[in-house]
Amino acid sequence: MVIFLSRLINGISLGSVYAIIALGYTMVYGIAKMLNFAHGDVIMVGAYVCFFAVANYSLPPLVGVLLAMVVCTVLGIVIERLAYKPLRQAPSLAVLITAIGVSYFLQNGAQLLWGSNNKMFPVFLNGDALSLMDGELRVSVATVVNVVACVAIMLVLSWFTGKTKMGKAMRACSEDKGAAQLMGINVDTTISMTFAIGSALAAVAGVLYMSSYPILVPTTGSMPGIKAFTAAVFGGIGSIPGALLGGLLLGVIEIFAGGYISTQLQNAIVFAVLIVVLLVKPSGLLGKQIREKV
Amino acid sequence: MKKRIFALTMAAVMTVGLLSGCGGGATETKAPSPEGNGAAAIKIGGVGPLTGGAAIYGNAAARGAEIAKDEINAANPDGLQIELRYEDDAHDAEKSVNAYNTLKGWGMQVFLGSVTSTPGVATSVEANNDHVFYLTPSASSTDVLGGVANPLTGTVDIQRKDNVFQMCFVDPNQGSASAQYITDQNLGSKIAVIYKNDDVYSTGVYNSFDAKAKELGLNVVSVTTFTEDTKTDFSVQLSDAKNAGADLVFLPMYYDAAALIFTQANAMGYAPKWFGIDGMDGILGVEGFDTSLAEGVMLLTPFNADAEDEATKNFVKTYQDKYSEVPNQFAADAYDCVYAIYEALNKAGITADMSAGDICDKLMSEFTSMTFNGLTGEGMTWDDTGAVTKSPKGMVIQNGAYVGMD
Amino acid sequence: MKKLRNMNPAVRTNFLTYAAVLLAFAILQPMSMAGKLSPTLQGQLVPVCAYVVMALSLNLTVGVLGELSLGHAGFMSVGAFSGAVAASALQNAIPSAWLRLTVAMLIGALFAGMVGTLISVPVLRLNGDYLAIVTLAFGQIIKSIVENLYVGVDGKGLHMSFLQPTVKLGEGGRMILNGPMGIPNISKISTFLAGFVLIMVTLAVIFNLVNSRSGRAIMALRDNRIAAESVGINVTKYKMMAFVISAALAGAAGALFALGQNTIVASKFDFNTSILILVYVVLGGQGKMWGSILAASFLTILPETAMMRDLRDYRMLAYAIVLILVMLATNSPVLKNFFGKLLRGKDEAKKGGVK
Repeated sequence: MVIFLSRLINGISLGSVYAIIALGYTMVYGIAKMLNFAHGDVIMVGAYVCFFAVANYSLPPLVGVLLAMVVCTVLGIVIERLAYKPLRQAPSLAVLITAIGVSYFLQNGAQLLWGSNNKMFPVFLNGDALSLMDGELRVSVATVVNVVACVAIMLVLSWFTGKTKMGKAMRACSEDKGAAQLMGINVDTTISMTFAIGSALAAVAGVLYMSSYPILVPTTGSMPGIKAFTAAVFGGIGSIPGALLGGLLLGVIEIFAGGYISTQLQNAIVFAVLIVVLLVKPSGLLGKQIREKV
Repeated sequence: MKKRIFALTMAAVMTVGLLSGCGGGATETKAPSPEGNGAAAIKIGGVGPLTGGAAIYGNAAARGAEIAKDEINAANPDGLQIELRYEDDAHDAEKSVNAYNTLKGWGMQVFLGSVTSTPGVATSVEANNDHVFYLTPSASSTDVLGGVANPLTGTVDIQRKDNVFQMCFVDPNQGSASAQYITDQNLGSKIAVIYKNDDVYSTGVYNSFDAKAKELGLNVVSVTTFTEDTKTDFSVQLSDAKNAGADLVFLPMYYDAAALIFTQANAMGYAPKWFGIDGMDGILGVEGFDTSLAEGVMLLTPFNADAEDEATKNFVKTYQDKYSEVPNQFAADAYDCVYAIYEALNKAGITADMSAGDICDKLMSEFTSMTFNGLTGEGMTWDDTGAVTKSPKGMVIQNGAYVGMD
Repeated sequence: MKKLRNMNPAVRTNFLTYAAVLLAFAILQPMSMAGKLSPTLQGQLVPVCAYVVMALSLNLTVGVLGELSLGHAGFMSVGAFSGAVAASALQNAIPSAWLRLTVAMLIGALFAGMVGTLISVPVLRLNGDYLAIVTLAFGQIIKSIVENLYVGVDGKGLHMSFLQPTVKLGEGGRMILNGPMGIPNISKISTFLAGFVLIMVTLAVIFNLVNSRSGRAIMALRDNRIAAESVGINVTKYKMMAFVISAALAGAAGALFALGQNTIVASKFDFNTSILILVYVVLGGQGKMWGSILAASFLTILPETAMMRDLRDYRMLAYAIVLILVMLATNSPVLKNFFGKLLRGKDEAKKGGVK
C-alpha cells in the first residue's frame, strides 16, 4: 500500500510537469489549429534564461521566472511573425514542418549560444511539504507547487478563453477565421496573442520542469515536448481541462508501468495504453467529438 | 499552372544548388596549410557528435585534440606538423560514415575514430576496409575493436579489425573491474544496478558486470533500467533499490543521468553508497551542480581534472582559458590520442607525404610495441587486441573533489 | 516530343518521373563505377535511395490517402531489422549477394506489411491528429520492442529472447541482434543498382495504384469521406490497402538501408527520423511523387555537402534556416506571387522574342 501510494505521488509529480507543458500546447492548438512542435524548445529557452538570471546574475528566482516569461513571450511573437504568419493560408502540414524547422533552429542556436555542456538548474523548491509514515511517503515542495500551478493555470486559461473579450475573440478565430474577421476581430493580433500567452506559459513550464528534473542541455525540451503532445492528445487536444487530466494520467501510467511491469518497457506500455484509450474514446478523454456535416 | 511553374523552378534551383554542392565536395582541394613555419603537415581527422544530445562528448574530444595539436605544432616548429579536422556525426552511425567519407575526401592520413560507440562500430569497419590507422579516444565498445567474445554467448561475432585501437578502457574491463573492486574492498552486501538499456556503453558495462558478479557471488538485489526517452524520472528505479535494501548502487552511465539520480535520491532520503565508472567523471564540472550530493561517490576513472601533476594542471588550465569549462575524460583521452599518435609518427619516421595505408602499417607495429605516458595513465601499452592496458584509478568524491581511494 | 505534349498530364508526369530517375541513375552509376564521385556522395548513394523510397511510401499515406503519419520510421525499423537478420542468417544458404538482398527486402516488406496491417486497425477508427499520435505511439513501441530483442543463429536455426539476453546457442552459433546494441556486423550488400531498382518498383506500384480503380477510391476517401462512402466505396478496405502498401514499401526501404550500413541500432529509427521523412514529403508536395524524390535526395545530401560542412558549428543552424525558408518560399502567398510574376515576365519576354 505504501509502495502504491508513493508511486502514485511520484506519478502525479511527473504528470503535473507534463500537464503544465501540455496546457501551453493545447492552448496554441485549440486556437491556431497548429501543432507547435517548437513548443518544447521554447521551454528550453525559458529554462536557460531563468538559469542565467539566477545562477550567473544572482537574481531572485521570481525575477528569473518573470524574465524568462518576458523573453519567451517576445520569442513566441517573433517566431509567429516570421515563420508562421506568412503561412496562415498554407496547408497545416506546411506549418507543421516549419515548426519543426524552428525547433531545429532553437536547439542548434541554443547550443551555439550556451554550449553543449550540462547545466544544473538551481534548486529553489527543495525540501518536503509533507512526510508521512516515518518518511516512507514524501510529497516534495516541487510537486505541490507543480500541481497547484497546473490547476491555477488551467482555471485562469479556462476563465480567460471563456469569459474575457480577448478569449472570446480567440475562440471565434478557432471556430471560423473568416467569420471572425467579418465580426471585426483582428485575426492576426488574436493569433499573435495566443502565441504570446502560449510562450509565456512555456517559460513557466520550463522553470517548473527544471525544478523537478534539473539537468539543462539544448535538447532538454524535445522529449517533454513529445510527451506533452501525447498528454494533450490523450486528454483531447484543444481541451484545457483535458490537458491537465491527460498530463497527470500520463505521468501516473508511466510510473506504474515502470514500477509494476518493467522499466525496460516503460515507454512502450505508456504508448500502448494511449492507443487503447484512443480506440475506446477516439477524440481523447475530454475531447469534443466533432460531427461531420454532409 | 503558375503553381506548377513555380514548383518546377524551385526544383531546378534546388537541383542546381545540390549539384554545385556535390561538385564542391568532389573537387575540393584545400591547399595543405601547414600551420608552422612551412613544414609539411600530416592530416589527422576525427568524428564525433558536435551537435545534438551527445554534443557534450564530441565537443570535449574535439577540443582536447585541438589543444594537443596546438601544443605540438608550437613545440615542433621545424618538425612534423599536424593538421586536425573534426566532423560532426550527431551520434548517428549513418552520419558518422558520411563524416568519415568527408575526411577521406579531405585527404586524412590518420583517423582519431569516433567519439561514441555506435558510430565507432560503423567508422571502424570503413577505416579497416580502407586501411587507415584508427585510434579512438572514447568509443569503448568491444564491437569497435572486434575479435572479442560476446559475453552473453561466448561467440566471436565480429572479426578483429587489426588497425583499430582504443585509448579508453574497453567496456567489459570496466564492468568486471568494478565487480572485482566491489568484492575486494567489500563495499556492499546488497547491490543494486541502474543502467541505460538503449545505450551501447551502459549496457556493455552492465553485461560484463553481471557476468563477473555472478562469478564472484555478489548479491545483486535490484536491476532496473532507463532509456533516452525516460531519463528524467528515476523514482521507480530508486524505490526499487531502496525497497530491496540495497546499500550500494552501481551506476554504469554518464554523469548527466547520474546527477539527476543523486538529486532525486537525496529528495527521497535514500543514501546508499554510489559506485560509478569513467562516464561519471565530469559530474563535478557540471555548472551549478551541488557537489555535496555526490559526496562519497566512488568511481573508476583514468582521468582526474583535479590531479596535482604538472601535465594535467597545464592541460586543465589551457582548456579552461580557451573554453571556460573544466575538461572531462573525453577531452583528456582525445588529447592523449593526438600525443600518442604524434609520438608514434616520429618514432616510425613518418613524413607528411606518405599514404594513409603506409602510415597505418607503421603505426600498427609502433603502437603494439610502444609505451605511452599521458594524462589518462602512465605506462600505457597496446597489444594485438587493440585494447589499452592502463590501470583505472579508484576515486572517491570528498568535499567536492576527487581523492584517490586505495 | 509532340506525343509527350499530347499525353494526359498525369501520365506525362509519371512518364517524366520514371525518365528523370533513369537519367539520374544513368549519370551517377558510371561516375560511381569510375570513382569520380566524392567519397561522401559515393557513400550516400544507397541511403539516398532508401530515403527516397521512404518518402515515396509515406507520400502514399500522407498525399494520396490524406492521413498524417508520425511513425513511418517504425516500419523502416521493422524492415531493417527483419531484413538484416534474414540476410545474416541466410549468409551460407544463399551465397549470391544480390539474391540475398532481394530476399531480405522481400522479408522486410512482408514483416513491415504485417505490422502495418496490425496498425491499420486503429487507423481506421481515428483521423487527424489522433491518428498522428497513434502512429507516433506505434513508432515508439516498435523502438522499445526491438531494443529488447535478442536474436542468435546456430545450426538449428534462429533463437530469440525478449527482455533478457538468454539466447542459448549451439556449436558454431553467433548472435545477430544484441538488443540495444543492435546489429553490429552487417555485411554491406546493398548497391546503388538495387536502390535504383527499388525506386523504380516503388514508383510502378504507386503509379499503378493511384491510376487504378482502387487508387481513385482512395483519393475519393481523402477528398470527401462521406461522399465516397455514400457512393458505396468500402472505407475499411481502401484505407487499409493504402496503409499496408505504404508500410510494406517502407519495410523494403528499411532492408535496403540496413544492408548498406555497417551497423544499425533501434534508436536510429526514432521520432526524429519519422519527422525527417515527413519533411521530405511535405517539402516535395503531397501527392507529388517527383517532389518527394527530389526533396529526399536534396535534404539528405545537403547537410553533407562541402558547402555545409565548411560552415562548421553553424551547419545544423543553417540547415534549419534553409528548411524554414524553403517552406516559406513554397507556401507563402506573397513570395509565390513574387516568383510567379518573375516567371510570367520571363515567359512573355520569351514569347515576344520568338515572334
